Amino acid sequence: MKSDNTFRNISVSLISIWLGIFALLAFLLVVLLSFMKNDSTTIFSWQFTLDNYAALFSSLYALVFAKSFYIAGACTFFCILLGYPFAYILARKVERWKEPLLLFLIIPFWTSSLIRSYAMVAILKTKGVLNNVLMHLGIIHHPLQLLFTNSAVMIALVYNLLPFMILPLYANLEKFDNRLIEAARDLGAGKIKTFTKIILPLSLPGIVAGSILVFLPAMTLFYIPDLLGGAKALLLGNLIENQFLLTNNWPLGSAISVTLTLIMGVMLIAHWLTSKNRERGDFL
Amino acid sequence: MNNSKARIIDKLYLALIYLFFYLPISVLIFYSFNNSSYSLVWHGFTTNWYHNLFQDSNLWIAAAHSLLIGTLAATMATIIGTLAAVSLYRYRFMGKNFLNGMVFILIVTPDIVMGISLLLLFSIANMPLGFWSLLLAHITFCIPFVVVTVYSRISGMDKNIFEAAKDLGARESTIFRKITFPLLLPAIISGILLSFTLSFDDVMISYFVSGPGFEILPLKIYSMARLGVKPELNALCSVTFTLTLFLVILSQRFTRKSS
Repeated sequence: MKSDNTFRNISVSLISIWLGIFALLAFLLVVLLSFMKNDSTTIFSWQFTLDNYAALFSSLYALVFAKSFYIAGACTFFCILLGYPFAYILARKVERWKEPLLLFLIIPFWTSSLIRSYAMVAILKTKGVLNNVLMHLGIIHHPLQLLFTNSAVMIALVYNLLPFMILPLYANLEKFDNRLIEAARDLGAGKIKTFTKIILPLSLPGIVAGSILVFLPAMTLFYIPDLLGGAKALLLGNLIENQFLLTNNWPLGSAISVTLTLIMGVMLIAHWLTSKNRERGDFL
Repeated sequence: MNNSKARIIDKLYLALIYLFFYLPISVLIFYSFNNSSYSLVWHGFTTNWYHNLFQDSNLWIAAAHSLLIGTLAATMATIIGTLAAVSLYRYRFMGKNFLNGMVFILIVTPDIVMGISLLLLFSIANMPLGFWSLLLAHITFCIPFVVVTVYSRISGMDKNIFEAAKDLGARESTIFRKITFPLLLPAIISGILLSFTLSFDDVMISYFVSGPGFEILPLKIYSMARLGVKPELNALCSVTFTLTLFLVILSQRFTRKSS
């Protein structure tokens, strides 16, 4: 039946053409541009070069890479540290009020991260809420300079990205088979051993999924250092933004973006490997 | 052991994290009603800042632009995304796994990469940055979220329903109209609401693909926020946050209904 394929064909073509042009082709252009020579008047010239990638190893850019990695890594670490116990308690200890508690976790996931970052500015200002509270409590006697420091950037990043760590962890821990814990206990494992040998390894896919959702934005959310940070080019995101909108070196900006995408690829492979024998795609 | 003690610590920990999530935004909303420009001390209740906000015609234009882009992008993304989710579940076709993978990858791709990709695409196509570039970009980044939302609903459905309808002689388009669409409706509504929220709040991608002639609200907020804390901006952020909060809660109601 020829006419009966029409619906199927239209549906499949629509999504394929759309993502083919606006996602795949657009990204392939970035890859192509990253191998082109920079030309400040016409964006680029048709000359193949590896200079853009070589430039990433120069001290200036390597430093931003290292800093960005360090910040994103620390942010991911803090998110696991704060998020794991939270997800564990919520998934396994809470019986009542679960639905509203989950809703309050999902809200920061979807509402504007810019507005939440801006709200953080008011908290961290020299004459802001945090300093006032600490001074009232007598913990400090002079206001701390928090805003426009790297600590402010770190606090705002963790604040913004913690829900992205908790949700995949929660999804993972909620499906956890309790019989495994009972079995471990019956066989004489203590609380700590049960956790390190059973619960932690089995929740690894959740940790990896959460880390992907935290680490990549932590390297790229350029407006956070912009609003709260001291250094101008702190994250890879700031560096890319500058190449495209300030110094007009699009090929270099493309090379940085391609490198970032490669990092994402490595993390996705790690996710694929850790969740190999289990359900995939329980990301969100 | 101290079971009740452990329970209290558990609850305390949850409460602390929720406080961390919601305190800054609550403070923001609180101070948007404070009758003083700079001071942190409470100087009495005022709606002055909101009043000033509503006088600003530029802001109204930016808000109208955002509403327009959000509505159109959410509608288009929901149509394309829903058809895609249905196809991915029901049909076999060439490149199915590839498409599946692409949707998944697009969700985790850093926004900035998508932003500069589209900027490059539009510049090579010689397309001026403004309404159309924003609309196309917003549709693109909303699609994967619609696909995931609708797919999770349809994958819980019984495939035999479709087979039965087919055996009874229904065409594919009829099956969609009479069976798939009504059953998926809660997920579709949830998808459209979430897409609108994503579009309405997006900074990263819009930052690269918007032009000076077509200002939208999140970019306006960004340029104001760069100048520091202002009571009018507190008010603007409070309004925007409340609106998206409402939409998220609404969409969650539909998601819950569908699962």
